Amino acid sequence: MPVNIEMIENEAVAVLSGEIDQHSAKDIRSEIDSFVERNMPSSLVLDFGGVTFMDSSGIGLVMGRYRLSQSVGCTLALSNTPANIKKIMKFAGIEKIARID
Amino acid sequence: MKAVNEIKITLESRSVNEGFARSAVAVFASQLDPTVEEITEIKTAVSEAVTNCIVHAYKDDIGLIYINAKIFDDNSIRIRIRDNGCGIQNIEQAMEPAFTTDAASERAGLGFAIMQSFTDKIKVFSTLGKGTSVVLQKKIKSKK
Repeated sequence: MPVNIEMIENEAVAVLSGEIDQHSAKDIRSEIDSFVERNMPSSLVLDFGGVTFMDSSGIGLVMGRYRLSQSVGCTLALSNTPANIKKIMKFAGIEKIARID
Repeated sequence: MKAVNEIKITLESRSVNEGFARSAVAVFASQLDPTVEEITEIKTAVSEAVTNCIVHAYKDDIGLIYINAKIFDDNSIRIRIRDNGCGIQNIEQAMEPAFTTDAASERAGLGFAIMQSFTDKIKVFSTLGKGTSVVLQKKIKSKK
């Protein structure tokens, strides 16, 4: 599975791995969404530490999870983001909607 | 500028092939001794172009995607990604950042913007009902 999610206190931490493209984003998206709707966390953290490649599908993934977090009233943050992926996130202006670490 | 090597790949427009397409072009481009950053840029640009063929050109069916990559003696690579899909109605609009005809499936609308930013030159040719060609050009800077 390209995503592993667990609750750490009130935080949902989604650890992503491998390559994120339009193909893999579909599964990641539905996994995260059903987990968040089940657990109603106060914040959602997307951990990009294990992601080896990402195209604009990853931007769509983050923007979609931002909308989800807004609708359920939780915060969104990105963690362990590798430099090459940070570059694409910043290119898309993601830092305006989520903290990128 | 003379072509010194060339590859041609034909693949079906299945999303599972996106990884194969970008990796194959990246391995071919590695003959130019690019940096890790340059390889990532090529991979990302190819991924965007191939995804466009799958998501937009052949939206409701499976068609063929033709990739042709050439290496030139000035240390540059030219990659052409072609489909026989629906074509683009308005290329200028399609290339605008954040424009997408497919908002429902969470496309960011940044495919062309990323292709532009990660290569030196991009050309798009399209005929409605006939198909689209995207040509990406990038010079690999010598590490010396």
